[in-house]
Amino acid sequence: MSTVDRLSVLKTYKLFVGGKFPRSESGRVYEVTDSKGNWLANAPLSSRKDARDAVVAARKAFGAWSGATAYNRGQILYRVAEMLEGRRDQFTAEVADAEGLSKAKAAAQVDAAIDRWVWYAGWTDKVAQIVGGANPVAGPFFNVSSPEPTGVVAVLAPQESSFLGLVSVIAPVIATGNTAVVIASERAPLPALSLGEVLATSDLPGGVVNLLSGRTAELAVPLAAHQDVNAVDLAGADAELARELEIGAADNLKRVFRPRSVDFSAEPGTDRLTAFLETKTVWHPTGSLGAGGSSY
Amino acid sequence: MAFEYAPAPESRSVVEIASSYGLFIDGEFREASDGKVFKSVSPSSEEVLSEVAQASAEDVDAAVKAARKAFEKWSTLPGSERAKYLFRIARIIQERSRELAVLETLDNGKPIRETRDADLPLVAAHFFYYAGWADKLSYAGFGPNPRPLGVAGQVIPWNFPLLMLAWKIAPALAAGNTVVLKPAETTPLSALFFADICRQAGLPKGVVNILTGDGSTGAALVAHEGIDKVAFTGSTAVGKQIARTVAGTDKKLTLELGGKGANIVFDDAPIDQAVEGIVNGIFFNQGQVCCAGSRLLVQESIQDELLDALKRRMSTLRVGDPLDKNTDIGAINSAEQLARITALADSGEAEGAERWAPACELPSHGYWFAPTLFTGVTQAHRIAREEIFGPVLSVLTFRTPAEAVAKANNSQYGLSAGIWTEKGSRMLAVADKLRAGVVWANTFNKFDPTSPFGGYKESGFGREGGRHGLEAYLAPSSPEGERK
Repeated sequence: MSTVDRLSVLKTYKLFVGGKFPRSESGRVYEVTDSKGNWLANAPLSSRKDARDAVVAARKAFGAWSGATAYNRGQILYRVAEMLEGRRDQFTAEVADAEGLSKAKAAAQVDAAIDRWVWYAGWTDKVAQIVGGANPVAGPFFNVSSPEPTGVVAVLAPQESSFLGLVSVIAPVIATGNTAVVIASERAPLPALSLGEVLATSDLPGGVVNLLSGRTAELAVPLAAHQDVNAVDLAGADAELARELEIGAADNLKRVFRPRSVDFSAEPGTDRLTAFLETKTVWHPTGSLGAGGSSY
Repeated sequence: MAFEYAPAPESRSVVEIASSYGLFIDGEFREASDGKVFKSVSPSSEEVLSEVAQASAEDVDAAVKAARKAFEKWSTLPGSERAKYLFRIARIIQERSRELAVLETLDNGKPIRETRDADLPLVAAHFFYYAGWADKLSYAGFGPNPRPLGVAGQVIPWNFPLLMLAWKIAPALAAGNTVVLKPAETTPLSALFFADICRQAGLPKGVVNILTGDGSTGAALVAHEGIDKVAFTGSTAVGKQIARTVAGTDKKLTLELGGKGANIVFDDAPIDQAVEGIVNGIFFNQGQVCCAGSRLLVQESIQDELLDALKRRMSTLRVGDPLDKNTDIGAINSAEQLARITALADSGEAEGAERWAPACELPSHGYWFAPTLFTGVTQAHRIAREEIFGPVLSVLTFRTPAEAVAKANNSQYGLSAGIWTEKGSRMLAVADKLRAGVVWANTFNKFDPTSPFGGYKESGFGREGGRHGLEAYLAPSSPEGERK
């Protein structure tokens, strides 16, 4: 047989919404290139309607996900790490293309992203133990404060760090029981869209993470103003867009995590984890057994 | 009437037990230095399951040295890498949980329903939980620069062999310590299987060392100069002996000892739920539980109603083959323990309490004791004061909440207590006054890796589980923490 170079099969990149992989309802795509301008793929150019659909999916998933045990959520986040480890080479290639990195540097980004899922898998059942607790009120009351997830969080993924940055902003949001609508890096959305394939096979319920590609500003503006979104992480917004989105977010007093420069290779701390939590304090009278009580 | 059940035995074929096992030291199995061995017997059949090595003082020394050597690297690994080892262990335990459940039931005598649905899920969860702490120690509230202690010598009991191993090893390793662990003489096998799990997980050699043996091995371990920490779960008498052994040293000590838990039922309690809780409290694991609700304190006005319901429920308990999936109560762990339960139950009768047990056919081989209830018990009776560690419930009555608290606290122990009432403020008021480390309200015998467990008074000190459980394996956070 003659040797002919085999033509590879290209992947059609799709959105990840409600656990499914739809195209943009608008039918639009845009060209994604590597750092040298070579064509990589056509990514869906999501519309405002896609963003609204994603919010509906995220809201629908919130009840079960926030009601799951922290242990269960931890198991699932760890499962994401396991699944990613098996696709390490794929993501290394995608990150190398997306960010113009050497294979070794891209692999380091992917390894750090896998370990980040593990880091947050461990936080699911510990965050309440460091930010919650019993309060010694001056009276006969049992008084306990516990963190609860705030709800649906719109996440503008970092524009530069297409994968490690992306994971670093998604994982803390869902670890505590929130659900997320994520806008991928505008220029480099492919690692994010591939992450959807990992999440879909990690026992993560559909709708907990929804991934959109497209123009960040076009999608972020309606999300920041959306009345059924509870919070927004502005990691991927520039200063001007951030200000506009914060104004939009003020309408229903969304919790806002402002953009800041972050070294995603460093240990993340707990800022992003606690940013999307509400604190609930419960009072209950302790009653009295009368004078004396036990002297034992 | 009692329902007839067809036998529903869990298959033994899932587990392969070798005819003999060595000591697990420095990542390898080896025979005891003096070649001594002892047998592990299945308490439900008296069948010899395997022969295991009896570790000598020389073996203890070798294991401590291996752990000390491994400590250098293990303690300086990034926490995130230690975490990943522990996550691996947790996952392998999940994968092998049916095998381990059957093994534990064979070696311990407890029902497969419990090993499968309680022990093993909790074991895996415990490793999973502490895995997550390994790279988050600075958030745990024990100072900005938490440091491990060094080598931990750990001695565990036979009632929850693998679970007690998990409670000891998971936090120790997460905090950066290395361990030498001695499982109980009558239940050594699951710890030896755990050694194999460490191999599968690629755990560096010497980080976990398993020494099988009797009390002399445990005594040599806690007395060894090369360890920095002693963690013991077992009887109060041995706990006191260990406290004397480590006196004058810098070894950090945590003890989880006996109990005589009061299960307090108020007149407004939901009776059916309370009966289930009482049964669970004293007959779970044949009552061989340090936190068992072994004293039932019932409000006088509902005594007859509650006891009638309790006796009806006890009559439906199925005692027999622990591998049968319908079995509620399995075998007592050893002939020695059976003799102790028998003697204490006899003392109850001799001291004037009224004994009752449902009609119950016990197997002809193995060690068995029918679920038993004593009424007319006074606080002075031995069965109200001493830990029986068997399926024997002592019933006392009270009239007021204050009296219930006084009676509940009238014990050398202070490990657990239960409160049954629909009134939240009463529940909290009583819980507030109880001198016990764990108080269950309208439930009993609930365990979770996130929830600290441990006792007041002579039930020991230190907590296992939760954020609190880390403290036992961390060096003092203040610089002046060293002993003078």
